Amino acid sequence: MTQTHAATGTSMEGLDARLVVDRGGFRLDVALTVAPGEVVALLGPNGAGKTTALRALAGLTQLSCGHLRLDGAELDRTPPEARPVGVVFQDYLLFPHLTALDNVAFGPRCQGATKAEARAQAAEWLDRLGLAAHTGAKPRRLSGGQAQRVALARALATRPRLLLLDEPLAALDARTRLEVRARLRRHLADFEAVAVLVTHDPLDAMVLADRLVVVEHGRVVQEGTPGDIARHPRTDYIAQLVGLNLYRGEADGHTVRLADGPHLTTTEILSGPVFVAFPPGAVTLHRERPTGSSARNLWRCEVAGLETHGDQIRADLTGELPLAADLTTVAAAELDLHPGAEVWATVKATQTHAYPV
Amino acid sequence: MTFPTDKPRAAADTLRGGPRRRRVRTGVPLPLLVPALIGLAFLTVPLIALLVRTPWRSLPTQLTSPDVWQALQLSLICATLATGVSLVIGVPLAWLLARVDFPGRGLVRALVTLPLVLPPVVGGVALLMALGRNGIVGQWLDAWFGITLPFTTAGVVIAEAFVAMPFLVISVEGTLRAADPRYEEAAATLGASRFTAFRRVTLPLIAPGIAAGAVLAWARALGEFGATITFAGNFPGRTQTMPLAVYLALQSDPEAAIALSLVLLAVSIAVLAGLRDRWMSAG
Repeated sequence: MTQTHAATGTSMEGLDARLVVDRGGFRLDVALTVAPGEVVALLGPNGAGKTTALRALAGLTQLSCGHLRLDGAELDRTPPEARPVGVVFQDYLLFPHLTALDNVAFGPRCQGATKAEARAQAAEWLDRLGLAAHTGAKPRRLSGGQAQRVALARALATRPRLLLLDEPLAALDARTRLEVRARLRRHLADFEAVAVLVTHDPLDAMVLADRLVVVEHGRVVQEGTPGDIARHPRTDYIAQLVGLNLYRGEADGHTVRLADGPHLTTTEILSGPVFVAFPPGAVTLHRERPTGSSARNLWRCEVAGLETHGDQIRADLTGELPLAADLTTVAAAELDLHPGAEVWATVKATQTHAYPV
Repeated sequence: MTFPTDKPRAAADTLRGGPRRRRVRTGVPLPLLVPALIGLAFLTVPLIALLVRTPWRSLPTQLTSPDVWQALQLSLICATLATGVSLVIGVPLAWLLARVDFPGRGLVRALVTLPLVLPPVVGGVALLMALGRNGIVGQWLDAWFGITLPFTTAGVVIAEAFVAMPFLVISVEGTLRAADPRYEEAAATLGASRFTAFRRVTLPLIAPGIAAGAVLAWARALGEFGATITFAGNFPGRTQTMPLAVYLALQSDPEAAIALSLVLLAVSIAVLAGLRDRWMSAG
């Protein structure tokens, strides 16, 4: 728990930051408040500035302006070695000339522990992370998942008040990833201070984090719980991540008029600017204009591309309304879909979801 | 390239008419082959001549004569000390050049590299101007501490270090640039100061580069002639190193000169063998 500022109230605990980094043409401006025990994921496409934000938190990149407070203490002018921050780097950066034990003991040693104390602490951390059998191994002898845990142990051994993880699962192959993700989730749940992780993988973010902060072009575009963000995406990037068609328009009762013309009928009754979202599976395709269909939403489209998506086929459609539609392989064959084919797309109002901007 | 252990490939090559194709590929045009062979002869014939003319019978007595032994001992000690000096001040200098972005870094690097291309005799004269009895630094050393460097064994070490250190600095700086600076960042996030990070992370990581640079500097120091004779003179037992002894012996006792040269050649071959993994494996 906090050492010094307990008297000033709980509002001082945790992370309170506004990170502004100007770097020739790119500006990162992200506000971040995280409570102790909370795990927040910075989610965004490559080049959005997530790693820059993480480096700024660690002190490896200087803030151009803004502030950074951790448990009430100002950190923006503190050099990285003096910050109570632990970092798990994307490729771990385990020191190749040291054993797993000495890698983990490095932090306590720098904090003034004797060699024996540091090693004892390191052994305890490695044991806690299930690596007792690998203490003497050099990093190149460790598997990806083991190296990741050693990196986590090394970061935790300094008893940080802020734990930073940069793409913690990106360096792993798909099979280990599944197992390591579940394990990492347990360790993060046990961690009592602030944890911030950076990822471009929505699944990692949703499994590992209590709250997502979506960053695009250096700015926060949306934040909320994973469920909230999955249901109510606010940008095309998030909609694509969670697999939804997303449109923005003006609502008037059940009708939403989109900026470039077409109308959408929804079940919600709203007015003013809204988002409308529906999954690609809600779209039905027809080669002829359907007659007697109960669907109120009917658009003429052209197939721009087809790709397999799991055991389904995803059709990328352009035309009146650009959208993605999922259909079975059989349906795609029956419809004789091919790039350039003209189709009619329908969506039932009950399968759309409208929410205010 | 041939892959002697790669039998399947060799077999496949044979099936596809590989041997013939291989001969076509390795065929060297005469206008290149002839100068290349002359160049090879130019570099190897003198060394062969040295071996041919070596007085093998009197060699044991030559090599065990006190004069030779003294010069060899002095050479080894001075070259080793010069390498030590180069390591102590050259490695930090290399770190500064590789890791700290300061104004005029390009100029500093050029100054560091200058002794590499400077005629060693000029280096010796320059050292006299700096550290000689009346030199801009030497006069104070003399007046305040009574230290005189020229024409002493310490002067030999200084002359050799002046000429050899750039080899070490350039080699270590290259290794540092190739090493991932993010290991130092990782160390910083674990609470290591920049010096601790250098000592406990960077130094072990670049150790092979430092070793190679040190061997190179040592070899250069061992063979140093011009700066040494200019700055430290040629006093047997005090400043007369092997190269100076060779040169001097050539005028009075050619057999001794050859014997001494043979020793230096053997040392050079040993150095090359020590470095082969680093520079010769690429070939």
